[in-house]
Amino acid sequence: MQKTMLIDTSRCIGCRACQAACKQWNQLPAEETEFKGSYENPPRFSPVTWTKIAFREYEMDSQERWTFTKLGCMHCTEAACMMVCPASAISRTAYGTIKIDEKRCIGCNYCIANCTFNVIGFDQAANVARKCTFCEDRLAAGLIPACAKACPSGAITFGDRHEMISLAERRIQELRRAGNSKAEIYGLEELDGLGMMYILKDGREDAMAKYGLPENPRVRTSAHIWNVIFKPVRAIIVLALAFALWINKSESAKEAKAS
Amino acid sequence: MTNHWIDYRNTDVFMNIGGNTAENHPISMKWIEKARQERGAKLIVVDPRVSRTAAVADLHVPIRPGTNIAYLGGLIKYILDHELYQAEYVRHYTNASYLVDEGFSFDEETGYFSGIEDDPARNAKKYDKSTWQFQRDSDGNILKDESLTDPRCVLQLLKRFYAKYTLDMVSKITGCDPKILEESYKLYASTGQPGKAGNIMYAMGITQFTHGSQNVRAVAMVQLLLGNIGIPGGGVNAQRGQSNVQGSTDMAILYHILPGYLNMPKAAVHPTLADYLEKETPAAGWWVNKPKYMISLMKAYWGDNATAGNDFCYDYLPKLDARDHSHIGMYKYMGEGEVKGMICWADNPAVTGPSSGHKRHYQANLDWLVSVDIFENETAAFWKAPGMNPAEIKTEVFLLPAGAAYEREGTIANSGRWIQWRWKAQDPPGVCRSDIQIAYSLFKKLQELYAEESGAFPDPIVKMKWDYGKDEDESQVDIVKVCKEINGYNTADGSFVTNFVSLKDDGSTACGNWLYSGYYNNYANPACQSRIKETEGIGSHLGWAYAWPLNRRIVYNRCSADPQGNPWNPDLQVFWWDEEGTLIKNLDIPDWPGSWTFEQVAQNPFIMLAEGQGLLFSQTLSDGPLPAHYEPAESPVPNLLYPKASYNPISQRWYDNFADLGDKNYPYIMTTYRITEHYQSGAVTRNMPWLNEMMPELFVELDEELAETLGIKNGDTVRIESKRLLHDGKQDGIEAKACVTRRLKPLVINGEKKHIIGMPFHWGFMGMAKGAVTNDLSPSVGDANTTIPEYKAFLCNIRKVV
Repeated sequence: MQKTMLIDTSRCIGCRACQAACKQWNQLPAEETEFKGSYENPPRFSPVTWTKIAFREYEMDSQERWTFTKLGCMHCTEAACMMVCPASAISRTAYGTIKIDEKRCIGCNYCIANCTFNVIGFDQAANVARKCTFCEDRLAAGLIPACAKACPSGAITFGDRHEMISLAERRIQELRRAGNSKAEIYGLEELDGLGMMYILKDGREDAMAKYGLPENPRVRTSAHIWNVIFKPVRAIIVLALAFALWINKSESAKEAKAS
Repeated sequence: MTNHWIDYRNTDVFMNIGGNTAENHPISMKWIEKARQERGAKLIVVDPRVSRTAAVADLHVPIRPGTNIAYLGGLIKYILDHELYQAEYVRHYTNASYLVDEGFSFDEETGYFSGIEDDPARNAKKYDKSTWQFQRDSDGNILKDESLTDPRCVLQLLKRFYAKYTLDMVSKITGCDPKILEESYKLYASTGQPGKAGNIMYAMGITQFTHGSQNVRAVAMVQLLLGNIGIPGGGVNAQRGQSNVQGSTDMAILYHILPGYLNMPKAAVHPTLADYLEKETPAAGWWVNKPKYMISLMKAYWGDNATAGNDFCYDYLPKLDARDHSHIGMYKYMGEGEVKGMICWADNPAVTGPSSGHKRHYQANLDWLVSVDIFENETAAFWKAPGMNPAEIKTEVFLLPAGAAYEREGTIANSGRWIQWRWKAQDPPGVCRSDIQIAYSLFKKLQELYAEESGAFPDPIVKMKWDYGKDEDESQVDIVKVCKEINGYNTADGSFVTNFVSLKDDGSTACGNWLYSGYYNNYANPACQSRIKETEGIGSHLGWAYAWPLNRRIVYNRCSADPQGNPWNPDLQVFWWDEEGTLIKNLDIPDWPGSWTFEQVAQNPFIMLAEGQGLLFSQTLSDGPLPAHYEPAESPVPNLLYPKASYNPISQRWYDNFADLGDKNYPYIMTTYRITEHYQSGAVTRNMPWLNEMMPELFVELDEELAETLGIKNGDTVRIESKRLLHDGKQDGIEAKACVTRRLKPLVINGEKKHIIGMPFHWGFMGMAKGAVTNDLSPSVGDANTTIPEYKAFLCNIRKVV
């Protein structure tokens, strides 16, 4: 059954319990950060930061807004990362989530370069790409992801996609009735449907400035081309790459020995 | 809180004033969101900044720090002018109809109530309250005018008192647009309709002022006028910042009270038990039972040694002398070399106290300092603070490593007064011990030493009943024995008392805290450990934990129905009576004695008060029977309402390091606050890398216009200065990172633009994430009644570090 996380920006209070819970459950170490003028931290996604809250300040209907939006892997249906992965290390699970198989990952960074939302991190030491898994281990045990579990204000809900869609639609109606005429859903149609769906309280116009989300997410043309042209010969490319890496390694090993 | 967290789901309009509930009590949002979704509830946030709560509010009302009484006084005027008060509630359940003494007056020029006197000992003023009384007939009954038209009745007095708090005046004082003021007044006053519930939730942004207690009074008065006390979804709701800060006040971790809010005896006023009981026990109201609680408390302290013959060891109780034993006072005496030793337990005043830089220096006068904490905090490490010379400091510091929250068992009491048992997850590591074990062992050792070596007055210690050791191992504390003593027991056979109704004043019962009595009255299934969820009802969850008093979830709950017993809101009915006036069904524990008649209860719904009715006019506080607007101790503007007054005349000035009124050297208004990611002094949270990652450094928030004027860019390092950091004529500020934000706007105060800057105070020089101590800037001045320091509004300067 396809699972979806629904993020309600009208309910998020930016407490970041989700951010801490993600680190705690997945045992991801803290990053060294600095205060650079915003509450938002760490500044970007990394192999040890899989989710974070974007803090955005803007004016809307002559009112000051401070909006908090939980970002992370969107588990896209049209997933650029999966298209471009030359090693077939990225696949879709039974939950509809996008998974990176670390054993197959060759650390080529293509997924990172092509990710529509810039949410994949590269672990240099292990030479693999890492990102949110929707806490696959928890899902397997019948639990909801750690971030959803930790949310105190009801801004994160998690469940079967069709349920999340009807919940989102109901919520949009509520918000519109309460005067948020621009409230709309994000992630229903985008990239054929995102595994992270959003209630955008102030609409999608200038979504990057309001929520840190691209207004019209697209898979890059280059990724499509890569997908169409090279996918059939991907196995060969992988072999070639692996061979090249092996040659390089043995060469450098020789050099190391020689010196 | 008069109500509780889950009851928030029953609210129609929330006013979050002087608090930041989303930031500091995130779980509250669960219930606020539920009320919004199910009842269409609205959330008003009154705060100088767009806080994380204001970010999700329906209406944000930006006001200048320190002007809450102007704002709330304006609301009171609005309610009275438009007759939006809940008329029946006001007439029957408050003292609106009482006639006030003819001698009572208020001078709008000076800002003084009648009875003002000099108080040279405190370097302040004080009041003789003899005119703050009600008119009485020859039998002592209070004279009333039920029509509420007599010019001396409380309601008419309120109308005259707040007549000057017009929208225009409130706007000039607070800096808030009158349209927004009016919109908020209109929205909140809509809860004056019978059947509507308004909830005022607040925190330190109401209390931490020189007029903090009066702020709370103003909140209570608004709620009484709108009929919002004692009803589901209503209340005067003080949100406590820590899960057990409620418990610590209940158990009297304060200098002026004994457990259960019994006043601490004063040497001059209460030299004997008879004096104490006579002066502290009112003629009517539930407090007539005070002698039972006091004597049972002393029986708990001194056991068999406490007898009627020796006044139950009343002489052993410490008595307050004429000096101030509050936090600010205690440190002042330390600075003067009078205090020689300090046990600092789970506290870090070197970061959280006002003018904390001075405090750290005062600590060097101590011979010894014991710090009980889970980390070496700034108070324990004061001798290595920046600017200290360890070679010159002789203080011997002892660190007693405590157990963390999950390494100990016991109860916590939340803001809603729910006393809940917490089971231990694991033992403390190494030589760490739970707080209760440390207290137990420490006192046991003291008893031994005093027994062996004696001392000036060893009896109170040597004779104290201290028998909490485990049966199998005397050195280890048995927490159940402590719980039993707090709950209370019969001294004859040691059996549990059911609750405080069973307590006696003859020594036959002992009880460590009457308010908690009932929370642990059996071994098998004590109420504080009960975990039964309600399946239907109004959210009382009577089977979940134990709320003081008597498991009551909403206090003064008789007010949820009209005098005839009909609920104001039939959808949230709490009590059902039959035609004879007998209670037949209840969804909360009734707040009245079972022996009272239906009529008696209806006439006295506020059972803790001698008059039995809510106090719109009250003699309780030291600084006035009605809240009047005074400026904070440091203010950029004069008092527009009362030109000769500036700050609260009753508030004590301990030092003279204050900026002058409108001081050009300190032109900006500083307010301090907390953030979600760190807790209090940061002693725990700054040692947690995941939290430091999110909030790594101390920062200061300022508006875009001020930043541009001063050439400060987002993320720049800036220096903040206040009069507290002036050493030998030289200014010495603290450094922080600039957070230039549109969430703060300059406010126009009486035609002049004023800038507000804000800082969290969670950093210090110890721990994994270090930073300057914000409270080095804050003034050592406090509320006239409670001495809580004025952290929320003072003056400063800010400049870019070049």
